[in-house]
Amino acid sequence: METLISILITLGASVIFAIVGTVAGCLLSGLDRIISARMQGRVGPPLLQPLYDVRKLIAKDNVAVNGTIGTYVVCALVFTFIAGGIFFSGGNFLLCVFVITLAELMFVMAAYASRSPFSEAGAHRETLQIMAYEPMVLLLAVGLFMATGSFDLSVLPFLDQPILFSLWGIFLGMLYILTIKLRKSPFDLSYSHHAHQELVKGVTTEMSGKTLAQIEVMHWCENILYMGWVVMFFIWGNPISIAIAIVAFILIYLFEIWIDNNFARVKWQLVLKSTWIITLVLGGINITVLAFL
Amino acid sequence: MSSVSKSPWIIHYDGSSCNGCDIEVLAALTPLYDVERFGIVNTGNPKHADIFLVTGGINERNIDVVREIYDQMVEPKVVVACGVCACTAGIFKDCYNIIGGVDKAIPVDVYAPGCAIRPEAIIDAVVEGIGILEEKSKKLKAEKKGA
Repeated sequence: METLISILITLGASVIFAIVGTVAGCLLSGLDRIISARMQGRVGPPLLQPLYDVRKLIAKDNVAVNGTIGTYVVCALVFTFIAGGIFFSGGNFLLCVFVITLAELMFVMAAYASRSPFSEAGAHRETLQIMAYEPMVLLLAVGLFMATGSFDLSVLPFLDQPILFSLWGIFLGMLYILTIKLRKSPFDLSYSHHAHQELVKGVTTEMSGKTLAQIEVMHWCENILYMGWVVMFFIWGNPISIAIAIVAFILIYLFEIWIDNNFARVKWQLVLKSTWIITLVLGGINITVLAFL
Repeated sequence: MSSVSKSPWIIHYDGSSCNGCDIEVLAALTPLYDVERFGIVNTGNPKHADIFLVTGGINERNIDVVREIYDQMVEPKVVVACGVCACTAGIFKDCYNIIGGVDKAIPVDVYAPGCAIRPEAIIDAVVEGIGILEEKSKKLKAEKKGA
């Protein structure tokens, strides 16, 4: 019975996240574009520009190269919603990581399914990015367990102090890989929002119309989820932590936009090497300290 | 205004030309003029584009490329011929390899003359194109409902 209730709660939370996450992600993306434009001395698009883009994409004709791509993308979108539902309903963090990774893999499979060389090159790079950031995410799960004694996120609002105090190294490491997760330059190897023609459009080269719109919505929800992953470091059993978490959210996102605007894209070797070194040094030291203290 | 006119994504191809119009088109898309204010994004992928800006004329070599890009674009789509070479082949008209303007390869919706084309003319042409895009979008919707 308890299992059934927790499954129902997760499903309910997933539906709520599908709506709230999409709206919040859309606004965040619009703000992101305006702030980026201001940083470049431009006015920028209207706040709801991402919504206009998606609405236009939905109205476009359907020219998918095959039916498989659409299926994979819908699966990716649904798994993203479920991962968000698990996370924001205080579920099991490890499960959240696995479900969002599954969504990522579906996205990669969709790109491979198109058989286009550009799309495949994008998919290779996407896989490489997953390989680069995944160890850090797993260390976060391990660290969370060591710090709180549970993989359940529902314990966070009852802690005596934020997990940031014990997981400082992992927090810094997460900040580093967040740039990959949010698909920001210098780590936007597989696909980004800026116009560049090197790989045509990477993973999404063969995706158009409705499928591309679903990818956009998935990206909005992912952004909200990943920001949740770093903001949860500031939550503890004190109502003031909510205010601190909001401030942290704003500061971290502004920092990411600043990085996006100031650094040119790097080669994949540097992405892989630097993320693994950071993971090993910051995450490794942090976990070791936790293990012996 | 429907959603399509609020987010026109552009793809740009330079055919047989002196590159003058090509430079003007790219200049009009740069931060200085900030076309992103109107939701215009320069994309490198025909499958994501709504408006096809072509500069330069059509020759025996690039006719297939222009057709390929046009075919890959998803309906509704609009073609804008930028500059006199794209409209009629211009100064290159009598060259042995030139076929003619862009309309020799694909249907053109907006002709924007000029040598080189002025940024104002490019912006005017794109705005004109957005109007046609809107019409085509409505037509497509009606067709979908009918089918």
